[in-house]
Amino acid sequence: MNGAEQVAIEARKQDIRSRWLLSAPALVIIFVAAIGPLFVMLLYSFMVKGDYGDVKPWEFSLDGWTSVFFQRDIFDDTLGLADAHISIIWRSIQLSFFTTILTLILGFPTAYFIATRPPHTREIWVFLVTIPFWTNLLIRTFAMQQVIRNEGLLNNALIWLGIIKSPLQIIYTDTANLLGMTYVYLPLMVLPLYASIEKLDFRLVEAGYDLYATRFQVLRKIVIPLVKPGIIAGSILVFIPSLGAYVIPRVLGGGKNMMLGNLIEMQFGAGRNWPLGAAMSITLMIIVMVALIVYVRNASRGGSGHV
Amino acid sequence: MFRSRFDIKSQPGFGFITLFTFFALYLPIGALVVYSFNDAESLSQWGGFSGRWFVAAWQNSAVQDAAIRSLIIALWAASLATVAALMAALATTRTAPYRGQTLKYAMINQPLMVPEIVTAVALLIVFSRIKVWTGYSGLGYLVLAHTAFCIPFAYLPIRARLESMDLTLERAAADLYASRWQTFRHVTLPLLRPAVIAGFMLAFVISLDDVVITEFVKSGGQDTLPTYMLGQLRRETTPEINAIATVFLALSTVLVVIFFFINRKKQ
Repeated sequence: MNGAEQVAIEARKQDIRSRWLLSAPALVIIFVAAIGPLFVMLLYSFMVKGDYGDVKPWEFSLDGWTSVFFQRDIFDDTLGLADAHISIIWRSIQLSFFTTILTLILGFPTAYFIATRPPHTREIWVFLVTIPFWTNLLIRTFAMQQVIRNEGLLNNALIWLGIIKSPLQIIYTDTANLLGMTYVYLPLMVLPLYASIEKLDFRLVEAGYDLYATRFQVLRKIVIPLVKPGIIAGSILVFIPSLGAYVIPRVLGGGKNMMLGNLIEMQFGAGRNWPLGAAMSITLMIIVMVALIVYVRNASRGGSGHV
Repeated sequence: MFRSRFDIKSQPGFGFITLFTFFALYLPIGALVVYSFNDAESLSQWGGFSGRWFVAAWQNSAVQDAAIRSLIIALWAASLATVAALMAALATTRTAPYRGQTLKYAMINQPLMVPEIVTAVALLIVFSRIKVWTGYSGLGYLVLAHTAFCIPFAYLPIRARLESMDLTLERAAADLYASRWQTFRHVTLPLLRPAVIAGFMLAFVISLDDVVITEFVKSGGQDTLPTYMLGQLRRETTPEINAIATVFLALSTVLVVIFFFINRKKQ
């Protein structure tokens, strides 16, 4: 008996060992080309910046981190707030927030509508949401650029309708960033919302109507609380890539309406301040991690609260 | 009687917003495609129907180079990522939980959780140093970086398929004295084929689409199609860019449609 148990334990150990061996290639590749470099970047954020980019190896300083939020006055060497950085970081957070709200306003009714279609047509609707989702982000951004340009589709249509006389300056503004991100990230909101509305038990909705609730009351008091995990999942999925957006503000926002992603890139290009860029990247990652932790907590709570 | 007139599932205005959403999702892409057939020099006016920009793009050597480079990288990255993901999926499913399993999940999904720009910058830091040390600045860096972020996409469908499969058939094979390799080759792999193909295609599309990481990792003269397009967007663009985008769009749509049908058959 004891011997058999011993054999079983030995076999299990061997099985686990071979499972580590089997997953090694994936883990090594991800470590070398994704996780490891993040640690190197952390190290770089504490080094002295080189004169022509890069860093002076093994000379440490906190300058990178302090200059994320502060700047030294060139005359009296006192520390003041780095207004430019703070306003770009703040703009990124605001734009990501409004993008989330806009995608929610459009995405929730869409997901609800799809989820209440008969099962065989649902699949087609979902498929239609998935296609833009898998379309190259750059191409979608470029498509948006053509729509909102001064001689673009939107302005031409508005002029043709007689609503405006001269084209609206939308491109190279924050509005362009907002429209672009809403357009590009909308499927990321619709898909998780659909997944959770599809599971909704409509007997509860019926019960609400039996108790003389209005349509709005049913939506507010029954539907929305029940699909909250989906709302949170969609919001996180939209908020995180918005915060790190790089291509969209570069193409649509122009030079004046940078977001955090472009500010980071600048430190590695013309700014030649790698430690600062590294510190900014880690700041961005921390914001994202906090958002993810909030999500995981909410999701697990929402899951246990579900009937 | 009452219920036949009163649809409990409907909400006022939702149908209208849905219509608007789909209109908004497809209008820009549709306009992009239509304008790729524009005969005029610029995007500002419509000069009649013509396919000349497709010909121009086809004959543009910079576009040819970038397209071939994109395909080479995507083929390599998707193949390597699929093999690595298949092995990792076999290692993390159909067993009692063991120590380190959660760590494996976290590591495999890590590329999905960090903003692309952060990974891109970190890779720039590391690879620029390695390029100086080794003197090698070929496509290997791009393939490696692409493989890493393709792994979670290849892993997802394969893992999902494995979790819905039990071990009965494999045990039967073992009872018939099949070696572990024979069991895998003749039992497990055929059962997994649709998921492996799906994973490969997802990885392929993801690699083909990548802009940010490629932009930071590439050495001079290593433009892929997306980074080439990004570079062109700074200038006044001609419908040639639309033509490239249209072909690109058609290619990824075909892949997604195939992926959709493979997944559907499975269910």
